[in-house]
Amino acid sequence: MSSAQTDLREDFLVLDNVTQHFDLGRHLFSRKSKGVVKAVDGISLTIKQGEILGIVGESGCGKTTLSRTIMQLLRPTSGQIFLEGKELSALSDADIRAERINFQMIFQDPYASLNPRLTVFTTLSEAIGRRHPDLRGEDLRARVIELMRTVGLNPAQMNRYPHEFSGGQRQRVAIARALAPEPKLVIADEPVSALDVSIQSQILNLLKRLSSEMGLTMIFVSHDLSVVRYIADRIAVMYRGQIIEMGTAEAIVDDPRHIYTQALMSAIPQPDPKLERERERILLEDEPPGARKAEDDLEVAELEEVVPGHFVSTRSFDRRVKVAADA
Amino acid sequence: MPLLDVRNLSTSFHLRSGIVRAAQNISLTLEKGETLGIVGESGSGKSVTCYSILQLIPQPPGRIESGEVLFEGRDLLKLSESEMRSIRGKRISMIFQDPMTSLNPYLRISTQLIEAIRVHDNMDEDAALKKAITALEEVGIPDAASRVRSYPHEFSGGMRQRVMIAMALVNDPDLLIADEPTTALDVTVQAQVLDIIKERQRRLGTAVILVTHDLGVVAGTCDKVQVMYAGQVVESGTTDQVFYNPQHAYTRSLQKAIPSLQAKNEALYTIAGTPPDLSKPVLGCAFYPRCPFPKVKDQDGPAPELTELSGGHCVRDCGYCDRTKPIETVLAQDVVAEETP
Repeated sequence: MSSAQTDLREDFLVLDNVTQHFDLGRHLFSRKSKGVVKAVDGISLTIKQGEILGIVGESGCGKTTLSRTIMQLLRPTSGQIFLEGKELSALSDADIRAERINFQMIFQDPYASLNPRLTVFTTLSEAIGRRHPDLRGEDLRARVIELMRTVGLNPAQMNRYPHEFSGGQRQRVAIARALAPEPKLVIADEPVSALDVSIQSQILNLLKRLSSEMGLTMIFVSHDLSVVRYIADRIAVMYRGQIIEMGTAEAIVDDPRHIYTQALMSAIPQPDPKLERERERILLEDEPPGARKAEDDLEVAELEEVVPGHFVSTRSFDRRVKVAADA
Repeated sequence: MPLLDVRNLSTSFHLRSGIVRAAQNISLTLEKGETLGIVGESGSGKSVTCYSILQLIPQPPGRIESGEVLFEGRDLLKLSESEMRSIRGKRISMIFQDPMTSLNPYLRISTQLIEAIRVHDNMDEDAALKKAITALEEVGIPDAASRVRSYPHEFSGGMRQRVMIAMALVNDPDLLIADEPTTALDVTVQAQVLDIIKERQRRLGTAVILVTHDLGVVAGTCDKVQVMYAGQVVESGTTDQVFYNPQHAYTRSLQKAIPSLQAKNEALYTIAGTPPDLSKPVLGCAFYPRCPFPKVKDQDGPAPELTELSGGHCVRDCGYCDRTKPIETVLAQDVVAEETP
């Protein structure tokens, strides 16, 4: 384990067999356990400095729980999380609070995630103050202006309220706020799902530029493989709390090995009527794609390296599959 | 006679800040069994068009200024509210974008479905319940007989959208208007939901209007497409015409902006600028300020008319820009364009 330990420290963020279980409690009279939801079940992965990792999966597969666990908003049930060699999962609650300045999140809905009563200036200066509490006056103003420029907002609008901005601009404010405390890691949870196609591409361009210019490490969570393909360096496909396939974005999209990844890919409609008419679809038998309960315990996922850097789960797949060519 | 024939429908909202012309001169026709896709950005007037057809526009501030909505030859705009109520949900029904907010959280699914049936059909409660269960089975809800007693929160997002579809289809409508029915859903669930609608259409010949901003969904489901921008139809035609021979600058920009079509290491194409403020009258081509093509002449005249090119392919051709070159050669500089808020 000790040699593995040193290996773990070389990477920026390391997850080692992380699990997040939710106890459903007990029945009122019989006191029998209602079971445990294994929202995240034995996930190990590493992220390098400056890398964008895409996490893809259907709703309920545990991708949001995983990102909340990484942020230590939820303490993991078991497993270890290291950020730059420091074991986050072992820190006390007070230390975690101090550490949390290093992680920031961008949420799906910029309407709900910004305080409607604060101007952009107040929102950003508050966030900057977390890293630089002594910054005041002109210096603070200069920093806010710089941030707004970075995300493509007009600094003249700093005294406006969120409702005065369009959806795309609001998401830019949310991104600026996430960048304000100079985080080491940004987790973007479906940041473009609520936006129109043309605004979607503006925000994706912005995130990609920020990551290359600032060396930002990012986890990009989405259910849309076509968006993740564009932005991520590597993709992890999650299914029922486990990683089912992981590899470079090209490998996952062009050469998906696991039937589940193939099914996800085949469900994306192509913006081409002729291709659509011929598109072969892999349909999965319907089943709530929710998390696993203790009763239907399956073997823990083993990831097998099929091609260097491309891992596929060896776990048997429990959904029936049929192939349909229909339009 | 087409099933639905909308002619020059204009809807506006009279607000304190001015008159917002949300939909101007919309015309569309739909035959039995056909699917029409309406595409455009938010605020382009897609939903207002649908709401106007069903007269679900709150009046005031909304007002249907002019036009006709001929459904089987009858002008819906001339009907009284009670006549309209007998058409809504029975002959024409609608699925809304957000299944979380369009079901009543306090009532069981059975209550809501039975109400939808009994409003139009004078049947007793037991028969209505049986019909409700069949409707749920038809949209693929497993164990419908017991699930019908559940509350909306007991269903997942995809299942809830199926309940909405079941409710919309329970009275076998001739026309189904689906306003972004899959936007809030996962790709896999989206595929299932679209399959249900298509299957239904094949079996009963239901006509469908599908409002979406996803061109992929349109390519796979629609026979005809209308592209809307700033409250106007800028291009319409069969799906093949619009996808393989797009004429309007907006249609071509929209097509170019799809992330899945772009190489990974290039910046994504974005449409510069923002849609125009509809409370101010639009002069000339509404897309002119954002148009990526080189301009041949200044924007001066009135709004260009929607003219037919060939075989039902119509475009609002302004003649202000040169669209002979493909968009990629016109636009290599778009990383800069992205920065203009």
